[in-house]
Amino acid sequence: MRPLDEKETTAVFEKIFKFTGNNLKNIVENPSHEGPDKEPGRYCFRLHKNKVYYVSDSLVKRATNVARTKLASIGTCVGRFTHGGNFHLTIECLNLLAANAKHKVWLKPTSEMSFLYANHVLKGGLGRITESIAPGDGVVVFSMSDLPLGFGVAAKSTQDCRKLDPNAIVVLHQADIGEYLRMENQHEQIIEE
Amino acid sequence: MAANKNKGAKSKNPPLKKKLRNHLFTEKKRPTKKDEVFDDVSDGQSEEEQLEEAEDLLDGDEQVSDFDDASDISDDDDAPLADDFLQGSDDEDEDRGSGSTSGSGSDSDGTDIEEKSRAIDEQREREEEDAQAEMQLNIKEESDEFRLPTKEELEAEQQRPPDLANLQMRIKDIVRVLSNFKELRQEGNTRKDYVDQLKMDLGSYYGYNEFLIGVLVDMFPVVELMELIEAFEKPRPTCIRANTLRVNIHFSVAVFDLCIFRSTIAIISFEMQTRRRDLADTLSKRGVELDQLSKWSKVGLVVYNSHVPIGATPEYLAGFYYIQGASSFLPVMALAPQEKERVVDMAAAPGGKTTYVAALMKNSGLIFANEMKETRLKSLTANLHRMGVTNTIVCNYDGRELPKVLGQNSVDRVLLDAPCSGTGVITKDPSVKTSKSLDDIQKCAHLQKQLILAAIDMVDANSKTGGYIVYSTCSMMVPENEAVIDYALKKRDVKVVPCGLDFGCPGYIRFREHRFHTSLENTRRFYPHVHNMDGFFVAKLKKMSNTKKNLVSSDGSETVEQTQRPEEIHSDEDNKKELEQQKIKKQSPKGKKKSLKAKGLSGNGKVESPATLKNRDRSENGKVELAATSKKRKRKFPSKEEISKAREEKRKAMRGQKKQPKEDKTGI
Repeated sequence: MRPLDEKETTAVFEKIFKFTGNNLKNIVENPSHEGPDKEPGRYCFRLHKNKVYYVSDSLVKRATNVARTKLASIGTCVGRFTHGGNFHLTIECLNLLAANAKHKVWLKPTSEMSFLYANHVLKGGLGRITESIAPGDGVVVFSMSDLPLGFGVAAKSTQDCRKLDPNAIVVLHQADIGEYLRMENQHEQIIEE
Repeated sequence: MAANKNKGAKSKNPPLKKKLRNHLFTEKKRPTKKDEVFDDVSDGQSEEEQLEEAEDLLDGDEQVSDFDDASDISDDDDAPLADDFLQGSDDEDEDRGSGSTSGSGSDSDGTDIEEKSRAIDEQREREEEDAQAEMQLNIKEESDEFRLPTKEELEAEQQRPPDLANLQMRIKDIVRVLSNFKELRQEGNTRKDYVDQLKMDLGSYYGYNEFLIGVLVDMFPVVELMELIEAFEKPRPTCIRANTLRVNIHFSVAVFDLCIFRSTIAIISFEMQTRRRDLADTLSKRGVELDQLSKWSKVGLVVYNSHVPIGATPEYLAGFYYIQGASSFLPVMALAPQEKERVVDMAAAPGGKTTYVAALMKNSGLIFANEMKETRLKSLTANLHRMGVTNTIVCNYDGRELPKVLGQNSVDRVLLDAPCSGTGVITKDPSVKTSKSLDDIQKCAHLQKQLILAAIDMVDANSKTGGYIVYSTCSMMVPENEAVIDYALKKRDVKVVPCGLDFGCPGYIRFREHRFHTSLENTRRFYPHVHNMDGFFVAKLKKMSNTKKNLVSSDGSETVEQTQRPEEIHSDEDNKKELEQQKIKKQSPKGKKKSLKAKGLSGNGKVESPATLKNRDRSENGKVELAATSKKRKRKFPSKEEISKAREEKRKAMRGQKKQPKEDKTGI
């Protein structure tokens, strides 16, 4: 586990900035309530085995005596670096994004499940959309009951959406909470010991 | 008037009436066919009889009159019977004296009544005889109905494919016999014969292996055992836990209300935040029928019926609830983690308990979620993220190494949901029925003992808020539960404290040959047939001090044992010699002293540390418990029977020899 170097930091922040805009400041500066310390600390980003974690400082301190090979996860995982050196956000960071999202779309109940099976968001399934989305912006997808379902990249601007036909893609799928089921073949959903 | 008399009779004659009642009951035992046949007849006639005397009927068909009598007694206001009481027994007449209002009435037809009463008495005697004869007959018939199969029959049975209906019948019969063994037993068969047959039948009917069914039979009385085994065949209700990190507690209440008072939805929804309202709406819209789990949990909901898989709703994926068995709530509730604490979950996957702990801590503090199996890490981290837990460090150690890694006395609370044989969750994993053996249980118990010591070592006894260890298993085996806690009590300075769960059965203090510390009453056991949750065990320990002084003292006691054993043998030999030589009666003190001397000499030869000698001296004084006590007690009355004593000595010597290799192992 180590802090991100400059290049990595830039990659991570750029990616998050696409979704949160200036709210990125909140993510970095929020006081952390995790950890046994009385004083609230700060959050930081740490890289561990290709994955980037967003974690309270005091947890990082406590985790130092866990061997590198034995540490599986700490705090919240926000994404991972691919072999090519690109940074991808993963579904685990959804809460972080949803809390600070700048661009949002809300899905009609009928198209919720479709999105949860990794399909793109179509105009027909769109319930609401925030103003001033430009193509290429990061968009967080909610259900009509404000349940964060995932995120993606806007394919069309808000303006264009008005005139689109129902089958046109509005948001390109990147991640959704259905992954918790799909990616976990050995995930014991129902029963635990 | 009749009623009046009868009252008097009632109060004066309880024993007689009781007899009659008994009589009635014996009659009821008759085959029901007869009852049906005579039911109508007796009904009609009992009415008639209230008007006229029963005498002519007495001579009639016996069965019918039997019934008349019966119905009369049960009616409690029949004239003839009351009169009989008044006239038939002399002492009662005296008792009654002038207080009786019936005096004048009975005078007029005194002789008549006397005759009648005599007739009735006779008849009653006859009936009683009949009834008894019939009882005997019944018993015979019943025992004829069921007898244990002979060896040949069993062999023949093994040739054929198992006849399940027949097996079930036999199981039922044996259970019936065992629950009333004195009456229903078959001559020449011991209880053991029945129990053995029951074990065999249960094993083949439900598919248990010999070992497991044997243990279960040892643990429960037969009737309860049947309930338990039946409960294992049925699934437990699905429970979900509302995640307070994502949803407020009101959610669960709201859903609950929603199910029952649909009219109040509107009011509630105004009070709730949008998200929660919609969640409640959507869950019910999806056709999930929920109810509060029970009054001990605010976050638990039980799912009765669902049209959608509740493990795949968007709400589930968003971490609004977690699906977990009711039993999984218990250890966390017992742990009762506080905010800002350092907590370790030693066997965390798949994360149900860890996420609950995090929810109780409101994501503050720090949780070390450890999981040894690498393959389960993925589901653990996924669940933690899904449920929005951010205060967790997930690591992948063997639980026994944890004190070295995290530091001794470094955390406030430890949750040890130990890996176990899983005998409490046969419902979920029926393979346990056949796959577990004594060996597996012992292996589990060994690992559990190591783990619980590791858990205790990690906890800081001086923690302001904590200092607790919760140990839980989903096993029902005593070696994996009470024995482990008992072991921890001996090895570390901890005590068992109440779990904070106001239900559940107390743990065993004594089980067969085992005797555990009395504070083990504070542990809790949960059974499928009693609590409708998985078989479960929860114990909460409080660490009293960080010193391992108990460890030292137990080491000491071990050395005492060790030093004593050879001495025991020596003294036995001495005693034997003395027995042979002198046949002294007051031999015990002398023998002891002699043996001590002898031991001292031999000890010098063997080179002994002064400490062990000291220990031995203490034990010689009979002040050290443990191994010494049994010996001491036996030594107390040596003068009584020399023969029996000689036998004892022999036995002891044998035991000592047996123990020695075993103890050496543990000593190492």
